[in-house]
Amino acid sequence: MKADPKGVLTGPHFLDGDHACCEGALAAGCRFVAGYPITPSTEVVERIAGRFPSVGGIFIQMEDEIASSIAIQGAVWAGAKAMTVTSGPGFSLMMEHIGLAAMLEAPSVFVDVQRGGPSTGLPTLPGQADMMQARWGSHGDYEIIAISPNSPQECFDLTILAFNLAEEYRVPVMFMMDECVGHMTEKVLIPPADQIEVTPRRFTTKKPGEYLPYMTDGDMVPEMVKAGDGYRFHVTGLTHDARGYPAMNADCQEKLVRRLVDKIRKNADKIIRIEEEDTEGAEVVVMSYGITSRVALRAIQMAKADGIKVGHLRLITVWPFPETRVRKLAERIKAFVLPELNYGQVFLELQRVVAGKTKSYLVPHGGGTVHQPEVIYQQIKEAAK
Amino acid sequence: MSETNPVEQYLRMDRMPHIWCSGCGLGTTVNCFVRALEGCQIPLDKISVVSGIGCTGRVAGYLKLDSFHTTHGRPIPFATGLKLANPKLKVVVYSGDGDLIAIGGNHFIHAARRNIDITVICVNNFTYGMTGGQVTPTTPIDAIASTTPYGNFEEPFNLPYLADSAGAVYVARWTTYHIRHITKSIKEALQKKGFSFVEIISPCPTLYGRRNRLGDGLEMMKFYKENSSIKNGCDTREVGLGFKGPIVCGKFVDRERPSFLDMYNSKMAERIGSSFSPYEGIQ
Repeated sequence: MKADPKGVLTGPHFLDGDHACCEGALAAGCRFVAGYPITPSTEVVERIAGRFPSVGGIFIQMEDEIASSIAIQGAVWAGAKAMTVTSGPGFSLMMEHIGLAAMLEAPSVFVDVQRGGPSTGLPTLPGQADMMQARWGSHGDYEIIAISPNSPQECFDLTILAFNLAEEYRVPVMFMMDECVGHMTEKVLIPPADQIEVTPRRFTTKKPGEYLPYMTDGDMVPEMVKAGDGYRFHVTGLTHDARGYPAMNADCQEKLVRRLVDKIRKNADKIIRIEEEDTEGAEVVVMSYGITSRVALRAIQMAKADGIKVGHLRLITVWPFPETRVRKLAERIKAFVLPELNYGQVFLELQRVVAGKTKSYLVPHGGGTVHQPEVIYQQIKEAAK
Repeated sequence: MSETNPVEQYLRMDRMPHIWCSGCGLGTTVNCFVRALEGCQIPLDKISVVSGIGCTGRVAGYLKLDSFHTTHGRPIPFATGLKLANPKLKVVVYSGDGDLIAIGGNHFIHAARRNIDITVICVNNFTYGMTGGQVTPTTPIDAIASTTPYGNFEEPFNLPYLADSAGAVYVARWTTYHIRHITKSIKEALQKKGFSFVEIISPCPTLYGRRNRLGDGLEMMKFYKENSSIKNGCDTREVGLGFKGPIVCGKFVDRERPSFLDMYNSKMAERIGSSFSPYEGIQ
């Protein structure tokens, strides 16, 4: 279905990533946002607070991030598309409800504008060290989708994708920005509403009495209902059966958790978005995501000037990880080089998938700024030897 | 020929038997709650019940309504999102003292301050039953809990006073002995616009009563009968509870204050002007 024109500011704009994320949410049909102020993400909700009253949305600044991350789920079960926005310390507090959203299969978007950590860290400076937390931060086993934009334009476009994937797979989607992308201002082109594809909720057409909240038929994603429509349904964070009733046994656990994991893993090829440049014939492939992908471009230019055959693989979705593609590349390239603003998070996954078939080099960085392109360039040179 | 209990239509009978111990007061509170629903003309399809975690947290799962069993301490912010996204719903939070007042205490006071239009029913049994009888923020001084083996030495919260000071528009307290009063209060709370709060003192003979030599469920009910008094309109500062002390019950607060959405709509109309259409829910 097409976007509601009411929320779409069609035209060229000069926006920072935070504001572009807000506009993306509006275009995606998000009409409920709960948040708590935290640098460097606050501009997203500040703009939401200004924009929502005139488009029929509701913003509430909650008492903390724990409350924000569950208020959006209340809104989801009332039928809304909903989002919360935070940065590292707040993201830590939201873990409980990322788990709840995964368990209840509540489509929702969690924006994390990453800053340096751990703890209070570097509130105003970039980091990319929440990537594993985004994937595994809540207890128990589950899968999520994580998206990493590298420009204000992508903050707009991919926020819409985040909402669409959330609805398609009934899963919490982590929108993993960083301080640089959040605060950099660039041209953002917002298309007309009728050119924006928006995924509607998978509401059931079954009647009350016929409908079971967690019954699936084949595609592993159950149909949804909302409160107030006469279904008198029950949902629980406890392990539950197709009726949504608690079922405290290992069989039910196996069935449920297996499905929560499989609905993402088995659909990974449909979910994954990557961007490749010159990977055909490359000897070295630089893998990157978020702001680091833009620094990597300079390093790649420098290496190409030396005659090194180097390609670029950018992760737009970071989770699920593009295993199939990476494995294929690993069969013939000399090495992967992966710069990230942490000491090896996505790199762990790269190493696992490469499984010794080729070399892989991490270019780590503690955050607070971005890499010097020379450091990545040196590693490419080393890898090409 | 078998007769059906009139409350069965409100319950998920396919989930019976419930998990509560014999002598527990929770069943009594649920009975009162559904009888209140019977009398207050709200279409059942428009009622949502939200619970947290714990023995009382299981209430949502037994009610044949739209019902949500959420996370520990968080039913109020869940209810806040549910209500704001669809203000036409009647949203009830039904949970225990540990859930609402310890881990969820911050959410409790902020929802009352904002005057979110929900009804909060707190079944106060002075203990964490589900985890084996630990001390809670309402356990009276000197009461024994599994984590206060020498008696509680922390000052407990006086819940009506807390709700009153935080801005609740309706505050009442009853014990499970007062079944007619509970029903009436819940009915009033459901019909009241804004943050309404009903505390129900309830026996947990298994984990609170036994440890404190208060007898079984019946004896605890006798204690409520003999030691409670009804003082409607009583100053909430005067209704704190001591160990084996008197229990003041009644409707303490019933006042008018614009709800969160009333304030939102009037202030936005004032500031934004005629281009603002009053918010009535997500379209």
